[in-house]
Amino acid sequence: MLPEDAASAIPGAAAGSFAGYLSVHHPALLPSAGTPTTATSGVAAAPTGAGQLAPHATTIVAMTFPGGVLMAGDRRATMGNVIASRHIEKVFPADAYSVLGIAGSAGIGVDLARLFQVELEHYEKIEATRMSLDGKANRLAAMVRQNLPLAMQGLAVVPLFAGFDTERRVGRLFSFDATGGRYEEHEHHSVGSGSVFARGALKKLWNPHLDEAAAVRVGVEALYDAADDDSATGGPDVVRGLWPVVYVVDGTGTRRVPDRELEAVARELIGARSSAGREA
Amino acid sequence: MTQPFYVSPEQLMKDRADFARKGIGRGRSVVVMSCRDGIALVAENPSPSLHKLGEIYDRIAFAAVGKYNEFESLRQAGVRYADIRGYSYAREDVTARGLASVYAQSLGAVFTAESKPFEVELVVAEVGRTQESDHLYRLMFDGSIADEAGFVVMGGAADAVVDALRASWSPDLGLHEAVQASARSLRRASADSSDETSGARTPDASVLEVAFLERDPDTLRGSRRAFRRIGEPELGTLLQQEQDT
Repeated sequence: MLPEDAASAIPGAAAGSFAGYLSVHHPALLPSAGTPTTATSGVAAAPTGAGQLAPHATTIVAMTFPGGVLMAGDRRATMGNVIASRHIEKVFPADAYSVLGIAGSAGIGVDLARLFQVELEHYEKIEATRMSLDGKANRLAAMVRQNLPLAMQGLAVVPLFAGFDTERRVGRLFSFDATGGRYEEHEHHSVGSGSVFARGALKKLWNPHLDEAAAVRVGVEALYDAADDDSATGGPDVVRGLWPVVYVVDGTGTRRVPDRELEAVARELIGARSSAGREA
Repeated sequence: MTQPFYVSPEQLMKDRADFARKGIGRGRSVVVMSCRDGIALVAENPSPSLHKLGEIYDRIAFAAVGKYNEFESLRQAGVRYADIRGYSYAREDVTARGLASVYAQSLGAVFTAESKPFEVELVVAEVGRTQESDHLYRLMFDGSIADEAGFVVMGGAADAVVDALRASWSPDLGLHEAVQASARSLRRASADSSDETSGARTPDASVLEVAFLERDPDTLRGSRRAFRRIGEPELGTLLQQEQDT
């Protein structure tokens, strides 16, 4: 028979999670560290204006196409009525077969994305195999839930997760809420302040037969429409040469769409809209 | 009350070292070799899933001989150390030297304080941007550490493999030639030890575990992770080429 401590090590080894290990041994390193406890802040303290403290990341769109999935994000972060950054990148490769985009409190979101990247790589190295796509979505949901106390203070982060399911050979999308709810989305989805406008554009532009190049065009156009009506979303910046960040995930892995392709797509779009000479 | 027999510290340490050496000597050999395009890691390992070679971080790999449960727990601890360090500082702040020195401390502490020393021998390898900045740290069961140049062989028939390799190793080898040379030496050594006359037998891909630390993974594969496991179809072709030439 196993001694007591050796036996308890077996269920303990089930959670090979990097974030879980950090929360036990180095809690100060987690993105949601230093959260005021409910005992001191109480329910009355929430929701406060903490959202004004830090930049806010805005719109992310994602869509599936036959054989893969695409995610695009604009380049703007705002703080109230001020543009905090024109260069921020809000879509990140999570691992070789998935990407995530973040909307909401930028500082916490970027840290969450970094932690999630390490989480997936850590699992892959320890287990010598990749986590399943559903497993990744569940881990991300748990990490978003850990941020709930900060979300109550106005520092919410809402990620959008997309990946290629190597078992089923299809692209899949997942959205999340601040309480850690995980919802599989179909066809397309968007999050962030401009998401309502982007969603409207996607409904008209998306169709199930898009190829990759067409999907890139749809993504850029949906962001353009979001930027048109939402002051917190940035459109293509021809003056500075800033284009959206677009990632494509398919059977060959995660790939960032190069800026020169995005520039061509954005210029063509702006040209088409100007020559149409209509209100929208 | 009976007095315990007095054992001199010298005798105690010698007994422990002999015990650990015996355990390591039973294991099959592992070669870690620095060459032109990176670092080649080649192990005799009949199991395709219980690895002796592992990825630690972007440019750092781990190779071990000895007891699987002991070096596997050391490997996992190393991965955890590297990931925490890289997450809390920056990715380039994770170095093989730092990892090797914590391994040395841990092995040394177990050797002197625990009832049984670890029966393992490790190599922590880091591939640099140039061959001069490659690092191969060899760690013994007692926590002693050595910074090796060129190549390292560990395990049962280590001396025989070193003899066989010395002639064929040069810093200008490519990764494929390095694997072929290592496979040849491992085969020759195991043929010697069993007194077989089948020295010309093909090195069988099914008993080899091979991994590369590539020098420029970003230009080769667009990845910052240099570690790449060489699986069955690729390894088979690679060894086949060697036989043809």
